[in-house]
Amino acid sequence: MRKVAIYGKGGIGKSTTTQNTVAGLAEAGKKVMVVGCDPKADSTRLLLGGLQQKTVLDTLREEGEEVELEDIIKEGYRNTRCTESGGPEPGVGCAGRGIITSVNLLEQLGAYDDEWDLDYVFYDVLGDVVCGGFAMPIRDGKAEEIYIVCSGEMMAMYAANNICKGILKYADAGGVRLGGLICNSRKVDNEREMIEELARRIGTQMIHFVPRDNFVQRAEINRKTVIDFDPTHPQADEYRALAKKIDENKMFVIPKPLEIDELESLLIEFGIAN
Amino acid sequence: MLLRHTTKEVKEREGLTINPAKTCQPIGAMYAALGIHGCLPHSHGSQGCCSYHRSTLTRHYKEPVMAATSSFTEGASVFGGQANLLSAIETIFTVYDPEVIAVHSTCLSETIGDDLQQITKKASDDGKIPEGKYVIYASTPSFVGSHITGYANMVTGMTEQFAVSTGEKKDQVNVIAGWMEPSDMREIKSLASRLGVKIVLFPDTSDVLDAPQTGKHEFYPKGGITIDELKSAGDSKCSLAVGCISAEPAAIALEKKCKVPFETVDMPIGLSATDRFIMALSKAGSVKVPDEITAERGRLVDVMADMEQYFYGKKVALFGDPDQLIPLTEFLLDLGMIPAHIVSGTPGLRFEKRMKEILERAPGANFRNGPQADMFLMHQWIKNEPVDLLIGNTYGKYIARDEDIPFVRFGFPILDRIGHSYFPNVGYSGSLRLVEKILGVLMDRQDRTSLEEKFELVM
Repeated sequence: MRKVAIYGKGGIGKSTTTQNTVAGLAEAGKKVMVVGCDPKADSTRLLLGGLQQKTVLDTLREEGEEVELEDIIKEGYRNTRCTESGGPEPGVGCAGRGIITSVNLLEQLGAYDDEWDLDYVFYDVLGDVVCGGFAMPIRDGKAEEIYIVCSGEMMAMYAANNICKGILKYADAGGVRLGGLICNSRKVDNEREMIEELARRIGTQMIHFVPRDNFVQRAEINRKTVIDFDPTHPQADEYRALAKKIDENKMFVIPKPLEIDELESLLIEFGIAN
Repeated sequence: MLLRHTTKEVKEREGLTINPAKTCQPIGAMYAALGIHGCLPHSHGSQGCCSYHRSTLTRHYKEPVMAATSSFTEGASVFGGQANLLSAIETIFTVYDPEVIAVHSTCLSETIGDDLQQITKKASDDGKIPEGKYVIYASTPSFVGSHITGYANMVTGMTEQFAVSTGEKKDQVNVIAGWMEPSDMREIKSLASRLGVKIVLFPDTSDVLDAPQTGKHEFYPKGGITIDELKSAGDSKCSLAVGCISAEPAAIALEKKCKVPFETVDMPIGLSATDRFIMALSKAGSVKVPDEITAERGRLVDVMADMEQYFYGKKVALFGDPDQLIPLTEFLLDLGMIPAHIVSGTPGLRFEKRMKEILERAPGANFRNGPQADMFLMHQWIKNEPVDLLIGNTYGKYIARDEDIPFVRFGFPILDRIGHSYFPNVGYSGSLRLVEKILGVLMDRQDRTSLEEKFELVM
């Protein structure tokens, strides 16, 4: 079982990319579980065709009741197993602690057991690695490979670099490695070249360049992944390609995050200066 | 040799504290809250916090200490503790019927960002606080400051949230007590009454944590400042903050809210500090110091003079809490003793500055406060420069035993002796008791170890 975590700046398209890629893996016959680590609990909407009704942490609200795995894991597109951590409403409690609790609960309930015959577990984690809780999926060897979704926009690259710092911290103890950057294009000038160069300097690869296509939005409004919504659309092939590259990926590294000066100079070189 | 691993060589440490000379903020908040009549302290956090704080107070006072807890579970730490606190408030008023619930936060509830002001307001809006009853709060994360900080925060909380100014001044003086024993508070009330000054002393733990045995258990003992008195603090003509660290923040808050001017004085421990306290109180109350108090002072001075030879030049190591260490150090100097090593786990520049001023009279004295100023450091200093006397709380007994130093118990907590809640250390008579205690251990040591030909009948 390969354990994969997807990180990236808020709003960059982590959940969309994750689900579309998972659809690609599922279509290729892989058994995948997706763990949404976002209090909004919207990381599995496209695979399930709607929002998950009960989150892992919802079960904490009803203490004393026997929690069954079936209550919190639903099967979605092509038998992908989907679950959401859930968490507190905005402005209260501790979402970070929520992720720690929910990953532990899933383990206790046997969500990762051999009987499920999983080829992949995907953790889709909200935003930046702001505190220890959001690093939970990369601690104690939970996720072993990380993909960072980014674009050629400065803040997305900045966040990607920051996430690398988080990975670096846990790389020695937990054995987590960076598998590559996924460029979810925002149609920035020289985007492909810039992200390839960023990846090179961090010591990794740009595993795939996902072109921007409004069709993704159309599929999303219909609560479906692109592959599910229209298997013949060219964008579906992009996600199939990304799925295949991840499946065949052999390049797992400990990242070398850049200093801020270096990151800015990269932007000037490839972006503004040209 | 229980502390045989303590090394003589002092090394600068950055991250490590060994045997801290302080404890948790909520202990101070809980203690302060008990100084309000009919108050049930409430710990907003996990159960273990509350148990520890209650048991430490119980062990020190040998009295039952009642307090409630929000009993955080895993769920509360993720979703926030609002639901727990709201239902706690409802249950407490229904089952235990206090006048006031004094809520303090804990490390956990602070870290997840629970807002006590917002939750208590919601409790009030939802009608969970019965008419004429109150819920007050203070923020007390233990990863900041010490039990003294927690005490100051709760005293500030009760002042800010209760005191009101009606526009009609009352002929009374607020005396805001720094962290002191119930016996000390009783002594301050007695001094004020002998001076003829009407005071509002708060918090006031006398008759709460030194309650008499009557054969009947009182869940809320008769002592403590009443809500009406606390409210009236806003109309007092002035305030006296007894302790610049643990009492002054409340005085500042009161000045801000109700324009009650204040003066800060040291805790009246020892001759000079008691002189200043009595003068400040007599000035505040516009009264003359009666002969009776002057005579009491005279008796203290007489004993100090008579016994000077036993004190002179003796080196002392002391540790504890800022508002007590400041006047105590000064008193030791007045007695002719040499304060050699002083530590306090409570951080603060104000404290540091005051101690430096006082220690100008003791060149070469070691003083440090803050996280790394721990019992381990004090022990190391003692190994390098031995002392004749150790003064501090019960935790000092390990050093006293290992280094064979006469030891006077003073401060918080005292877990292995009684007396502190019954006999004051403040005022002239309290200071006289301190002199007696110090003299007692020094003379016992002399009697035990002197050569036979030097063994004295008359001392």
